[in-house]
Amino acid sequence: MCRLIAITSLEPISPMVAIRALNVMKEGHDGSGMGLYLTDLGGLFESYKGLPILSGIFSFEGLEELDRYMSSQGFSVRYKLSFSPVGDPPKGTPKRDNYSIIVYDYPPSWVSLSQEERENRLMMEQLFLRKKGEQDDSMHIFSFWPDCVMIKEVGDPMELADYLGLEGREELKARVIMAQGRQNTNYAINIYACHPFFIQGYATMTNGENTAFVPIREFLTSRNFPGYIGYQSDSEVFTHILHFTHKFLKKGLATYKHIITPLSDEEIERHPNRDELRMLKHVCRPLIIDGPNCVIGCLPDKTMFMVQDSKKLRPGVVGGMPGMFAFSSEMCGLDAAIPERDKSKDFQPMKYDTVAVSAKRDEVMVWSQWEK
Amino acid sequence: MEPVGKITPSSLSPYDLPWRVLWDKEKCTLCGRCTAVCPVKAIELGVHRKRLLSVPLNLTEKPGQVFTVYHGIDQKTDPAYACIGCAMCELVCPNGAIKPIRSRDIDKLRFHINQGGNPRRRGGRRNDARSVLDEIKFIRISMLTDPALDAGRHEFELRTLLGRILPAEELDQYEWIPPVREIYPLIIGGMSFGALSPTMWEGIQMGVAYLNEEKGLPVRVSTGEGGCPPRLLRSRFLKYVILQIASGYFGWDEIIRALPEMKEDPCAIEIKYGQGAKPGDGGLLMWHKVNKLIAAIRGVPQGVSLPSPPTHQTKYSIEESVAKMIQSMSMAWGFRVPVYPKISGTSTALAVLNNLARNSYAAALAIDGEDGGTGAAYNVSLDHMGHPIASNVRDAYLNLVKIGKQNEIPIIAAGGIGKNGNLAANAAALIMLGASAVQVGKYIMQAAGGCLGAENDRCNICNIGLCPKGITSQDPRLYLRLDPEKVAERIVDLFLSFDTELKKIVAPLGRSTSLPIGMSDALGISDKNAAERLSIKYVV
Repeated sequence: MCRLIAITSLEPISPMVAIRALNVMKEGHDGSGMGLYLTDLGGLFESYKGLPILSGIFSFEGLEELDRYMSSQGFSVRYKLSFSPVGDPPKGTPKRDNYSIIVYDYPPSWVSLSQEERENRLMMEQLFLRKKGEQDDSMHIFSFWPDCVMIKEVGDPMELADYLGLEGREELKARVIMAQGRQNTNYAINIYACHPFFIQGYATMTNGENTAFVPIREFLTSRNFPGYIGYQSDSEVFTHILHFTHKFLKKGLATYKHIITPLSDEEIERHPNRDELRMLKHVCRPLIIDGPNCVIGCLPDKTMFMVQDSKKLRPGVVGGMPGMFAFSSEMCGLDAAIPERDKSKDFQPMKYDTVAVSAKRDEVMVWSQWEK
Repeated sequence: MEPVGKITPSSLSPYDLPWRVLWDKEKCTLCGRCTAVCPVKAIELGVHRKRLLSVPLNLTEKPGQVFTVYHGIDQKTDPAYACIGCAMCELVCPNGAIKPIRSRDIDKLRFHINQGGNPRRRGGRRNDARSVLDEIKFIRISMLTDPALDAGRHEFELRTLLGRILPAEELDQYEWIPPVREIYPLIIGGMSFGALSPTMWEGIQMGVAYLNEEKGLPVRVSTGEGGCPPRLLRSRFLKYVILQIASGYFGWDEIIRALPEMKEDPCAIEIKYGQGAKPGDGGLLMWHKVNKLIAAIRGVPQGVSLPSPPTHQTKYSIEESVAKMIQSMSMAWGFRVPVYPKISGTSTALAVLNNLARNSYAAALAIDGEDGGTGAAYNVSLDHMGHPIASNVRDAYLNLVKIGKQNEIPIIAAGGIGKNGNLAANAAALIMLGASAVQVGKYIMQAAGGCLGAENDRCNICNIGLCPKGITSQDPRLYLRLDPEKVAERIVDLFLSFDTELKKIVAPLGRSTSLPIGMSDALGISDKNAAERLSIKYVV
């Protein structure tokens, strides 16, 4: 089963905090992969807030091709964090030429674009590069978005951190860190199947298995939205449903919970918002997940949240103290991330709950589906 | 040697018939029950002459012969009286002295059943027991991250939606919200009052009411084309009923008249454009069954055959007809009732579906495949016309996926579901291929009424009103054999057991919070071509 840790902190912290937490949860994962999502960046990247950051893995040829393509599109590099590890990779990790995180200046022609158009174009550029890279495996592109860094690789998280030299890298400090250990083993090993998943500022990671995957995937892909692709993992749909809820339905996190795990028909009858909820359940019926899943995610406004499926629940706990909170799939992961918290205030969301911590990092908000 | 008499082309021996009646003289008590019960008078009391040789053991008397008689059963060989294999004779025989057996050879009756130039008409289904649905396996058993659910103790939400669902993207912008019913995904398909006997109809309605009100299963039943009894129209139970309108419009005078007095809206209106058993042919109620009651409900004279036209009178084109009829029916109930067409399985189903996709009043599309049953149809229509349901439903669903409307127009599948008894497995397979619900008719007759019909051409005389179980007869001597209370009990039994079996299918797949419509990754089949055609896994 996947192990998940997400930390949100007023003060930027090193991703190693999350990786060490993953390591103590190792009992439950097989060390087959690591995904890291960093946003609300501290360190060097903070000074480039607002500029798009591209994260990916490249062959040397791929890197050259990337440079050629990006400059042809009018992007200019503002800052580049690039590492080409020397020596043999850890067992199970493929030998790669280069891992890069590159900050670009927008092309001059983009300056007058609306925010929406700019976001759309960023996504299309990411998709184009991903597709290009897939042809010869020269590029794996994980995100191309302001204030977001994504690192993914196959292998044991702790060994990967050593290999990539993440320890002590001040540049990578962030206020929001989401980390997942274990490659997707439900389907073929594929780097794009590694959580967290990202689309236009929305990121989620999940443990469990999404048994309703295929009809959900069909529904999302039939929206004709170019970003709804991939699905090497059954968990990617959780990110896209979150995006769909916000971008297409113009609704928030509460609606997201009602969409993926609607109340039963009998429960809806007893709910004060029954008419709206019934309508929502009808029109979003193909997006009902059938779990068991625990979803941890982050919104563009840096709100971090956790929801459970409505039947069997995967482990999930949130705890911390004002200034710093962590969402973890295991209690021991939470202990490793924030040992000094008041454990009596830890909270494990149940099937009706959504828990969230806003960018203020002052409290854990608990919301139940039974509330108006 | 005695002359055999005149031999005509249609002179057949019992051996030439599909069913042969075996009778045991030693066991027979000559009680006459079998000859009385035989619906087609295939057997009659026979007086047989028998010659006995008398050979005395002395020399004074000469050997001689004695002529004697014995009484027993004769099987008629006239095609009009050929045994149908219903085995009612065996059912009533106190000594087990008689039974029909299926001829091993291909019968010769089939070449002579068109006496008078009338092709064979019958009830039942396509005479072919094979079913692709039976071949489909559920292969995606949750064994890893997601342990299988407990079908007995877990909570399941297995309802489906009947009605037009609006696009999710337009949430909050809807000007009109179409009516949507949350119903059970197993619907009792259209079997008319007339095709079915009053006792069968009453039993079904009682069972449905009980399931809804005592068991919490929102089961719905279609009336078929024959109207609806006036008291039911004016009762609160109408909400469990889907009123069907077909090309003969039988019974609709009564329905329209009852409109102001209806306490409840019906569940839905089904516009029948076609059915699987006789695609492109209208409904048919043969004169044998048009008695006073049926004539009154349908608004027709007694004792005349009621062939509905193949098409609706309003039908200039399917687009126009569907649009007009859906609009008219919607208006009649103030747009509070879902209205949807039912068509025969056909390779042109996608054209109808695409048309419905553009008509925001269309509530669903029901497709009845080639294995659908009927009360009366030409044999050639039953056996040779129509499209198999599995690929028709799959194509329709994938077409909706392509245009992003798979949640907006429910597809209801029918035709041969459970024909070999595998009701839940067949229904679940169709749901995972993309159907939102399934309709069954023949299975209901078999399981709730005790219908003896089968795909080896057994019985199948629903058309002539002589149903030996009283299911499809309008003759009180026959339909009083059927106790409506017992039919209702069997309706309840079959739905409750279906519900358990459906859970036993979806629970191991890890599904419980919604009906797994389109969950095609759960399906596999050992026929490579079928797998490819249905876009499911090929497994061996």
